Amino acid sequence: MTARHRLGAGPKLAGLAVASVALLAVDSPQGVAVAVAVVLALHGAARLGPRAVWSHVRPLRWFLPCLLAVQWWLVGPSDAVVLCARLAALVALAGLVTATTSTTAILDALRRGLRPLDRWVDAERAALVLTLALRSLPVLGDLVERVRNAQRARGRERDLRAAAVPLVVGTLRRADALGEALRARGADD
Amino acid sequence: MSPGPAPIVLDDVHVRREGRHVLRGVSLRLTERRVAVVGANGSGKSTLARLLNGLVLPTSGRVHVDGLDTRRHGARVRRRVGFVFTDPDAQIVMPTVAEDVAYSLRRRGLSRDEVDARVAHELERHGLAGHADHPAHLLSGGQKQLLALSSVLVTEPALVVADEPTTLLDLRHTRTVARRLATLDQQVVLVTHDLDLVADYDRVLVVDEGRVVVDDGPEPAVAAYRELMA
Repeated sequence: MTARHRLGAGPKLAGLAVASVALLAVDSPQGVAVAVAVVLALHGAARLGPRAVWSHVRPLRWFLPCLLAVQWWLVGPSDAVVLCARLAALVALAGLVTATTSTTAILDALRRGLRPLDRWVDAERAALVLTLALRSLPVLGDLVERVRNAQRARGRERDLRAAAVPLVVGTLRRADALGEALRARGADD
Repeated sequence: MSPGPAPIVLDDVHVRREGRHVLRGVSLRLTERRVAVVGANGSGKSTLARLLNGLVLPTSGRVHVDGLDTRRHGARVRRRVGFVFTDPDAQIVMPTVAEDVAYSLRRRGLSRDEVDARVAHELERHGLAGHADHPAHLLSGGQKQLLALSSVLVTEPALVVADEPTTLLDLRHTRTVARRLATLDQQVVLVTHDLDLVADYDRVLVVDEGRVVVDDGPEPAVAAYRELMA
């Protein structure tokens, strides 16, 4: 447990939001260098190494080079690098917050944050929907893998429709099953 | 609540779904501690299981659990009845192991320390203590089913209904789950295709085309079922 882990989810999420907005105002290469250094230092303080940093920005590995190329062409190298570094720093920071905060803590913070809006939003339900989305990602990933294997076994890996139909049907089935499980566990009671 | 047989009473229950007559007049009184339900795919046994916690309501007839009508007191019935599904992936709603077990205990007026203690104890019992903070999707299929079982048992239900809990499991995990069900203090209603599992049960129901066609001890019931399917 490091300080980063112990800090409440609320302050961390608020900090993330403030940092996001603040980063938008940073447009000099020096400023961005400082921001990147701070994000790396925060990872260090949470005892997360380069590998963790990479895992946080990995989703950007195709997108970022394309963006860099386009920006380079449109606004020149300096601005392009600043923009991309800013984006990478932000994503890494968000990754750091999620890596050091349990889902339950994030959801509790969210619920507290939504409480003033009680009249319009059912905070409990909004938080639950987000959790279910998080939980469903790996499950749907498995489903995609299964469907792809089935297509491959039948030599149809390029047939988009043959993949889409079982995927949609499988997802809807899974949604039904999840609804049933939630009811069985008293979510609606 | 002392875990003892909560009488389950079905009174001439019919279920029609999407034009199909799934259950055709089932009347039962289940007081035994171990009740098994066997039957072919589509025979209505899963529907029968879902009647017991009010997930499915009878089209006509009544279901009472512990004196509570599932139609009028669905919420109270579900607090008494723990339900284990075939596919644990459908049942696990939280991203990490301990969080999923803790989800069962929310809104029960327990302090955070109490919740943590009960979750830890339950995971310990199922050999999952070392996985408490792991993402649920990294568990093996068998471990996922044990997690689903933990999330059900942590609420100390009076009755546990399990709908083919071992169908997706390998032999070792099938045995683990079956043994766990066998050692429960609670009343258990087990729907299964695995006829080996029902040998120690007190009562076995064979469901066929929406009716209970055999209601007997395990040996005669399984023999009759094999004959029916031959």
